[in-house]
Amino acid sequence: MSYVLQQLMNVFQLGSIYALIALGYTMVYGILTMINFAHGDLFMVGAFICFVAAVFLKLSFVPVMLLSMFGVALLGVVIERLAYKPLRQAPRVSAIITALGVGLFLENFTLALNPYPKQIPQLMSNTTWIILGVSISSLQVFIIVLSLLLMLTLDLIVRKTMVGMAMRAISWDKAVVPLMGVPMNLIISATFAIGASLGGAAGVMYGLAYPVIDPYMGIMVGWKAFISAVVGGIGNIRGAMIGGYILGMTEIMVVAFFPSTYRDFVAFALLLILLIFRPYGILGKPQPQKV
Amino acid sequence: MRPRWLLPALLTFIFLVSLAVHHFELLDLYIQLILMYVGINIILTLSLNLINGYMGEFSVGHAGFMAIGAYIASLLTVKIFPAYMTAWLFPLAVLAGGIGAALVGLIVAFPSFKTRGDYLAIVTLAFGMIVKSAIENIDALGGPRGFLGMEKLSTLPWVFFWAALSVWVIRNLVYSNFGRGVISIREDEIASDLMSVNTKEVKIIAFVVSSFFAGVAGALFAHLLQFINPRAFDIIKSTDILIMVYLGGIGSIAGSILGATIYTVLLEVLRPMGIWRMVFMPLMLVLLMIFRPKGIMGLKEFRWFVPIRDLFASRLWHYKRGEK
Repeated sequence: MSYVLQQLMNVFQLGSIYALIALGYTMVYGILTMINFAHGDLFMVGAFICFVAAVFLKLSFVPVMLLSMFGVALLGVVIERLAYKPLRQAPRVSAIITALGVGLFLENFTLALNPYPKQIPQLMSNTTWIILGVSISSLQVFIIVLSLLLMLTLDLIVRKTMVGMAMRAISWDKAVVPLMGVPMNLIISATFAIGASLGGAAGVMYGLAYPVIDPYMGIMVGWKAFISAVVGGIGNIRGAMIGGYILGMTEIMVVAFFPSTYRDFVAFALLLILLIFRPYGILGKPQPQKV
Repeated sequence: MRPRWLLPALLTFIFLVSLAVHHFELLDLYIQLILMYVGINIILTLSLNLINGYMGEFSVGHAGFMAIGAYIASLLTVKIFPAYMTAWLFPLAVLAGGIGAALVGLIVAFPSFKTRGDYLAIVTLAFGMIVKSAIENIDALGGPRGFLGMEKLSTLPWVFFWAALSVWVIRNLVYSNFGRGVISIREDEIASDLMSVNTKEVKIIAFVVSSFFAGVAGALFAHLLQFINPRAFDIIKSTDILIMVYLGGIGSIAGSILGATIYTVLLEVLRPMGIWRMVFMPLMLVLLMIFRPKGIMGLKEFRWFVPIRDLFASRLWHYKRGEK
C-alpha cells in the first residue's frame, strides 16, 4: 500500500511536469492549429537558463524561476515572429517542419556551446517527511503545488481575462475575429509567451527533480508531452492537464511493477489502445469532416 | 520525345559503372560510402514521400520500419544463412527485411482508417517508439547493446539497384490508377470515397509499399554500417527522413532524390565545421521553409519522371487556367 502511495507521489511530480509542457503544445495548437515541435526544446532551454542563473549568477530559487520563465517566453515570442509568422498562410506541414528545424537548431546550438551534461545545484533545502510509511520530500510537494498553481493561473487567464477571451475567440474562428478589432498578432504572441513560460517553468522543475541536464533532454520529454496533449484532446487546455497526469501515471506504474526497460513499450502501447477507442482524445471533440 | 530504349540503357550503364567502381575501387572508399548513404536515403525519402507527400498523411515513425528491416536482414545473414553463402543470399535477406517491414506496415495501416492528421501522427510516433523499445527488450537481438557480425555486403551496385527499383516502383505506382487514388485521399478523403475510390485498400497498399522500401533501406543500412543498435532508429532518425522529404518537396520523386542527395552530401561537406554544421543545417531548413515553403520541388516533377500523357494533360490544364 505504502509502495503504491509512494509511487503516486512520483506520478504527481512527473505528471505535473508533463502537463505543464503539454499546455504549451495545446495552446499553440488551439490558436494556430500548428504543432510547435520546438516546444520540447524550449523546455530544455528553460533548464539551461536555470543552470546558468544558479551556477554563474548565483541566484536563489525565485529569481532563477522568474528569469527562466521570462527568458523562455521571450525566446518563444522571437521564434514565433521570425520563423512561424511568415508561414501562417503556407501549407500546415511547412510550419511543422519549420518547428522541427527550430527545435534541432536549439538543441544543437546548446550542444555546440556546451558539449557535456550539466548538473543543476540544489536551489532549496530539501527535507523529507515520512507520513504513513511514505517518504515525501519537500521538493516534490513544492513542484506539485507550484505547477498546480501555474495551471490554475492559466485556467483563470484563459477563462476570465480579455486576453484569454481573445485566445478562445481566435481558436474558434480565425477569419472573423480580427475583423472585430482583436489584435491577432499580439494575441498569438501572448499565447506563445504564456505557453513557453510554462515550458520554462517545467524546465526548472525538471532540473530540480532530475538534476542532470543535457541539450537533447527536450526531445523525449517534448514528444511525451505532445502525446499527453493528444491524449487529452489537442487544443483543449484542461485535456492537456489530464493527459499529462495520465501519461505520468502510466509511466511510473509500469516502472513500479515491470522491469524499467518496458516503460516506453507499455506506455505507448496503452496510448495506442486509448487512441483506438477515443480517436480524439479524452476531452477532445470529434471534428465533423465537411465535404 | 525520348526513345524507349534510352532509360533502360542508361540504367544498365550506370549499374555497370557502379559495378566497376566497386570492383576496381575507381573512387575513394569514403566517397563510395557517401554515395551509398545517398542511395539509402533516397529509398527512405521516396518511401516516406508516398505516405506524407502523395497521400497527405503525417507519418513520423518511419525509422521503426527501417529498424525491422535492418534486424530481420541481419539476423538472416548472421545467424541463419550458412556463412559461405551470405554474399549470394544477401538480396534474399534484403527482400525478407522489406517483407517483414511491410507486414508490420499492414498493422499500422489499420488505425489510419479511423484516425487522421495529428492523431495518426501520434499512432506512427508511438509505433516507432514501440519498435525501438521492443528491440531493446529482446536479448537475442542484443538488446540496447546492438547487433553486430554482419559482413559488409551493401555495395555500390546493390544500393544503386535497390534505389533504382524503389524509384521505378513508386513512380509507376504514383502515375497508375492506384496513384490517383492516393492523391485523391490527400486532396479530400471523403470526396474520393464518394468517387468510389476504395480508400481502405489504397491506404493499405500505400503503407505496405512504403514500409517495404523502408525495410529494404534498413537492411542495406545494417550491412553497410555492420553494426546496428536500437538507438540508431529513434525519433531523430525519423526526423532526418522527414526533413529530407520536406526539403526536397512533397509529392515529387525528383524532389525526394534531390532532398536526400543535398541533405546527405551537405552534411558530409560541412563536416569540418564540426558540431556547428548541426546548427547550420536546421537554420538553413528554416530559411528554406520560410522562403520556399513547398521545399525545393514541392508538387512539381522533373519531366523525365512524368509519363507523356500526364505531361500533356498537365499542359492542357495549365493552359485552360490561363497560365501560359
